[in-house]
Amino acid sequence: MPTLIIPTPLRKFTDGQGTFSAPADTVKSLLASLAEAHPGLKPHLFEDSGALRSFIRVYVGDEDIHALQGEDTPLDGRDDVSIIPAIAGGVGRSIL
Amino acid sequence: MLQLDIQPDVLERMTSHAEAAFPNECCGFFYGAEEEGKRVITATTAVDNHKEGDQRRRFEISDVDYMKAERHAAKEGLTLLGVYHSHPLHPAIPSEHDLAVAMPFFSYLIVSVQPEGTAHVRSWQLDDSRTFQEEPLVTLPDAWRV
Repeated sequence: MPTLIIPTPLRKFTDGQGTFSAPADTVKSLLASLAEAHPGLKPHLFEDSGALRSFIRVYVGDEDIHALQGEDTPLDGRDDVSIIPAIAGGVGRSIL
Repeated sequence: MLQLDIQPDVLERMTSHAEAAFPNECCGFFYGAEEEGKRVITATTAVDNHKEGDQRRRFEISDVDYMKAERHAAKEGLTLLGVYHSHPLHPAIPSEHDLAVAMPFFSYLIVSVQPEGTAHVRSWQLDDSRTFQEEPLVTLPDAWRV
């Protein structure tokens, strides 16, 4: 089964688990299984429309899925899939 | 919010990075462990600001550097607890840009830096309603408090 690597800040929604495995033949189905198993993750990964949030990146091995076939990228049982949060920011209008 | 107990040499590395990068923004990760209601920060890694464009007002960490940080934490038996960055010529208060992509759980430490050096340091964490709450820095020198 392919394995998803959960980034540290989202492990509070997976009972501290750093990995998740499920039978899946595409990135999309693996992410759907993850969200079903850990519903608290859903708003952090997906927009209300079901699309992946723009600041969440997904890699299969060392390849960004945007350079592959997006969420339709096929998986085999040996693949490691990483969820990576975009880390960015900077000075601007204060929100406090 | 948990208190942050940052080892002095680790804090020094973060503020020195902010001063060296001035007038640009710097960024990096920090690591440690949670214990008895506080986060003890024992390690940090500086990374390049990958933002294309005006690095005096923006920072961005590459996906590869993020993956390296997770691997570093796992290898060292530490927890990746947060991200630091600098606000050159601005206070260490989160901006709308900081909030837009902020993750839960992470501590976001900001170094306010002026031409003469570090002005002050503050740290923030999102609460469950995606509002930043300040985290007390228990080991911060008085000179760097607001």
